[in-house]
Amino acid sequence: MEEVPQGCPGTGSAQAGRGASCQGCPNQRLCASGAGAAPDPAIEEIKEKMKTVKHKILVLSGKGGVGKSTFSAHLAHGLAEDENTQVALLDIDICGPSIPKIMGLEGEQFVEDNLGVMSVGFLLSSPDDAVIWRGPKKNGMIKQFLRDVDWGEVDYLIVDTPPGTSDEHLSAVQYLSAAHIDGAVIITTPQEVSLQDVRKEINFCRKVKLPVIGVVENMSVFICPRCKKESQIFPPTTGGAEIMCQDLKIPLLGKVPLDPHIGKSCDKGQSFLTDAPDSPATLAYRSIIQRIQEFCGHHQPKEEHLIGS
Amino acid sequence: MEAAAEPGNLAGVRHIILVLSGKGGVGKSTISTELALALRHAGKKVGILDVDLCGPSIPRMLRAQGRAVHQCDSGWVPVFVDQEQSISLMSVGFLLESPDEAVVWRGPKKNALIKQFVSDVAWGQLDYLVVDTPPGTSDEHMATVEALRPYSPLGALVVTTPQAVSVGDVRRELTFCRKTGLQVVGVVENMSGFVCPHCAECTNVFSRGGGEELARLAGVPFLGSVPLDPELTRSLEEGRDFIRDFPNSPAFPALSSIAQKVLSQAPARLS
Repeated sequence: MEEVPQGCPGTGSAQAGRGASCQGCPNQRLCASGAGAAPDPAIEEIKEKMKTVKHKILVLSGKGGVGKSTFSAHLAHGLAEDENTQVALLDIDICGPSIPKIMGLEGEQFVEDNLGVMSVGFLLSSPDDAVIWRGPKKNGMIKQFLRDVDWGEVDYLIVDTPPGTSDEHLSAVQYLSAAHIDGAVIITTPQEVSLQDVRKEINFCRKVKLPVIGVVENMSVFICPRCKKESQIFPPTTGGAEIMCQDLKIPLLGKVPLDPHIGKSCDKGQSFLTDAPDSPATLAYRSIIQRIQEFCGHHQPKEEHLIGS
Repeated sequence: MEAAAEPGNLAGVRHIILVLSGKGGVGKSTISTELALALRHAGKKVGILDVDLCGPSIPRMLRAQGRAVHQCDSGWVPVFVDQEQSISLMSVGFLLESPDEAVVWRGPKKNALIKQFVSDVAWGQLDYLVVDTPPGTSDEHMATVEALRPYSPLGALVVTTPQAVSVGDVRRELTFCRKTGLQVVGVVENMSGFVCPHCAECTNVFSRGGGEELARLAGVPFLGSVPLDPELTRSLEEGRDFIRDFPNSPAFPALSSIAQKVLSQAPARLS
């Protein structure tokens, strides 16, 4: 379905097909018959598809520009350094798909043999193409990504999300609801304007019963390449992620300093972890990745035994 | 049954500017707030409309969090953030019970609220209305442009940071502007370099050159580069008037120049 009428009450609502805005909508009869209230069959289909995927991690924020995609990409790179680990990176930021650029991909889907990527960015013919879609169409794309992509045997599926708490986030959680998500990694920067949005995101996770693996504080300190002294570009005016995590009793997975080389590596589509193996930022990333692996190791899915494991 | 269209709460607003990006975290809300403050310092009466429903940042930047919003016959009364009543603000932030409460809505519900926000706020007489948006090119953006269309906005200020990842998203935002018939007033490159407070070395923390290149490629004016200044961040976190408090900041000349360019656009569009 391409467009919904303004004021659409939602296909799952009690007013579906009955509201004033429903007049003239091609799906009015379908909604009025109660079909929308039944669970989407795609959820079961996705559960089946996801049986070959051992661990699923969502990377969230709430705030834009804190480094979700940068982190997702480097989490994927870090995990895939072990050639026996199969990693998949799914970019569901439909309006602003950054992952192809950061991973250095123009249209191919495989960075390495064991690291595959999917993004709406691959479906756009020009870098100027804008994806100006309303919610329902974005949801359809996400459903397609999860249901129709042949993921194969994957150890880690990382889902990179856009900022906010809206259609994309609800859809990802809804469509994966039967497939057991290990948890969410939440990215922030130190200042209150970010933390403000991140607290909302944590509340969102609680509302939808999504476990929070922990918080990563990005762009923590800046080390001047010339004098090597530390500065805080984004001052932690209310105590940064550390205080927020203490208040909310959530693990702080680590703090990543602002290294100007990270931006450069992303622009070139290369892994910062291999470009600058001795940078304090690389060490921070590696420690965080290890903690995430430990979390996933301790929280094996209980019921389904995994095909092929 | 449709209510007759009001002559509109926007009838008294002379110029409307949207602040867009496409990329999150580039400083749309910061630039919106700074632009509003600079226009105020130039003697203008300014309103700010914050349509970022998921992440409404502006109330805190102007020390207006937790203020109550009242209704009058024409709709919502915007909140004045200063004693002289020269800056008024409406944000979904004011409607939330608690600042940690997430607005977890799908598109159609967001559209409905934005339509209300645009048409049901009793702005009164304003020289400028600055509209801050969330990142992206989706429901909120379409709803905002459609609701503002009858009032002929001056155009859009498009914000980017220097690196390719931002420019990649902002190119798409420029396409959005073209497709929706929204004129681009110009491109602002934010977070353009950081001057180390210890040794004064300027480092390009988020790469360089993207903003100017983008403006050139798209054939739109380049309004300027604003450097990173932690004092600016601190000032906004604490709800202070940066333009008044920090005229010696490295960010000040860039912000003033951008405001001047916006002011110079306006007389050309006297209707």
